[in-house]
Amino acid sequence: MELRANEFRARAAANLGDAKLQRGLGLIKVKAVVNRASAVAEFGDFEALRETGKAIRDRALADLDLYLERFEREAAARGAVVHWAENASEACRIVVDIARENGVKTVAKSKSMVSEEVGLNDALIAAGVTPVETDLGEYILQINDAEPPSHIVMPVIHKTAEDVADLFHAKHGTPRKTDPALLTREAREILRPKFLSAEMGVSGANFLVAETGSTLIVTNEGNGRLCTTLPRIHVALTGIEKVVPTLEDAATLLRLLPRSATGQAITNYVSLHTGPRHIDESDGPRQFHIVLVDNGRAKLLAGEMREMLRCIRCGACMNHCPVYQAVGGHAYGWVYPGPMGNILTPSYVGLENAVALPHAATMCNQCGVVCPVKIPLPDLMRKLREEQMARGLKPWPERLGLALWGRAAQRPALYALGTRIAARVMKWLGGNERLIHRLPLAAGWSDGRDFPAPAGKTFRELYKERRK
Amino acid sequence: MSARDAILGRVRSALRRKVSPGDTATIESHLAAHPVGLQPPRDWEPELRFRARAEALASTVEKVPGLSAVPGAVARYLVVNNLPTGGVCWPGLRKLDWIGAGLGMEDRPARGDDLVGVTGCFCAIAETGTLMLLSGPDTPAATSLLPETHIALVDTARIVPFMEDAWALLRAERGRLPRAVNFVSGPSRTADIEQTVTMGAHGPYRVHLILVG
Repeated sequence: MELRANEFRARAAANLGDAKLQRGLGLIKVKAVVNRASAVAEFGDFEALRETGKAIRDRALADLDLYLERFEREAAARGAVVHWAENASEACRIVVDIARENGVKTVAKSKSMVSEEVGLNDALIAAGVTPVETDLGEYILQINDAEPPSHIVMPVIHKTAEDVADLFHAKHGTPRKTDPALLTREAREILRPKFLSAEMGVSGANFLVAETGSTLIVTNEGNGRLCTTLPRIHVALTGIEKVVPTLEDAATLLRLLPRSATGQAITNYVSLHTGPRHIDESDGPRQFHIVLVDNGRAKLLAGEMREMLRCIRCGACMNHCPVYQAVGGHAYGWVYPGPMGNILTPSYVGLENAVALPHAATMCNQCGVVCPVKIPLPDLMRKLREEQMARGLKPWPERLGLALWGRAAQRPALYALGTRIAARVMKWLGGNERLIHRLPLAAGWSDGRDFPAPAGKTFRELYKERRK
Repeated sequence: MSARDAILGRVRSALRRKVSPGDTATIESHLAAHPVGLQPPRDWEPELRFRARAEALASTVEKVPGLSAVPGAVARYLVVNNLPTGGVCWPGLRKLDWIGAGLGMEDRPARGDDLVGVTGCFCAIAETGTLMLLSGPDTPAATSLLPETHIALVDTARIVPFMEDAWALLRAERGRLPRAVNFVSGPSRTADIEQTVTMGAHGPYRVHLILVG
């Protein structure tokens, strides 16, 4: 997927004025957030569940090499072919090669963020293979000139039913309709023959079960089941960090994932795939390939961002983020928006290519509070900010300002003098209204609001007076 | 060096592995014990809970005294809902007297244009109102997926409290996983357009559960 993370400021500013987007984002607060809260309350001790989920993911990561090897061994014993891809281009090459060797013309795709990450659709198209997105949201995006998703669970949250109505009318040549149920039926009828004729299905995997060598996917629409049942080849593409030890561990994580994502106790479908079809079965793929993608993950395991690898991709962090709720997913400029993207994008594409993202946060820690596997997202953003300073990736006025402030803060007398002068100047600037309409050096902040002027004395002065 | 060795090498150096790669002692005990994690409190009776949760997920539920009453119940459901009185069933259900109930049930693999599919299930999970279906020669996966109406028979003796109990049953009775395990919780749905929940995205529009026992 095209990287535009360094355009964050400009795109965020534009999105604030996009009425349709704002309407879609407004729905998150009244639907996704509310639904999660009631599902969490209904469960009982959700805090203990989060702690258990965190422990399961940490256990898997602590012995990631051993669990991956066990997964590979068990999957191979059941007849699956396990491939390893170091990066995006290798992952694409592996899938394209499987398609070519088997004369595949059409690929039915179930939603996979890793396939977005590696740019699989473009690679398939370049090889003369037609990928068909079958998740309703992803299908809408694909026929809209391959627009990128703006949310990892609800990819078309930025579109209205009217938008979809116009798009279907234009692309399908059918009478225009705006009822979501009728639009869904239209997509179903167009996609059903594609499922039946596709030679290959591509899915992601929410989890890899080491104990049994199985891939696990959760879906609500059923397209994931169709992609993994009807075509003669199934390719599951996922990150190496998705491994969990046992079926019981998967069961625990399944109590966390749908509740956190959509407020469901379970998704409509949870499917576990172990090996290709048996000779006496009437359905199921004859070949089952699993592509394990690194693309920067092993590197994260070694560093300060390791906790990010616990992520189970529920999207709760973005649903609860005041910045995401205001600017939407496209502003983040890559596959993963919201707080998770603020960590993952700089980690996978380079801090210098996503300079604004670790700052696209208010540090309110709503994301950290709702994360089902307790990833301390604000702490990780703070570490990335430190790394930006250390590597000189911030603009020079900011670095100079902080350097000067740092020097002053180490000299108490100088600092006291400076704050006394500043307090008095700001009081004078505030005038009778006691409001500063335009802050020197921070005009951007005071463009939209007034700054309340200080009373004219510093905290230390007032403290000294009261001690007397 | 292969991609596999490079990736595993990076993982091992990130984990600062001192032991030899073949030493799996640290994971064996957990895999062998496969302990049950955290479950919600069990303050319900499984059959009642299963029923309540399934209905909350927009499935319909009825109960019949035995297998011989199933074809009649299926016929009534289809007629009352103005649905076709024929379709496909699992080969494992061919012995039921479908013709006697006036139904044309074929025990063949489902096609894209079949409208009614009748299946059993391996077991059912009370916690979430979920069916557990195993793929196999007599229990193909497509029968519960392609038709617009899915009717599933649930033996009340096989309603277990939690998913972990379903895994235990599978370990005890089968020893290993089938090609596909499908957990089904109500009709297929989507909320992609304006977060409006819509039934029948790609799978069945309606799921009817017949409890037997």
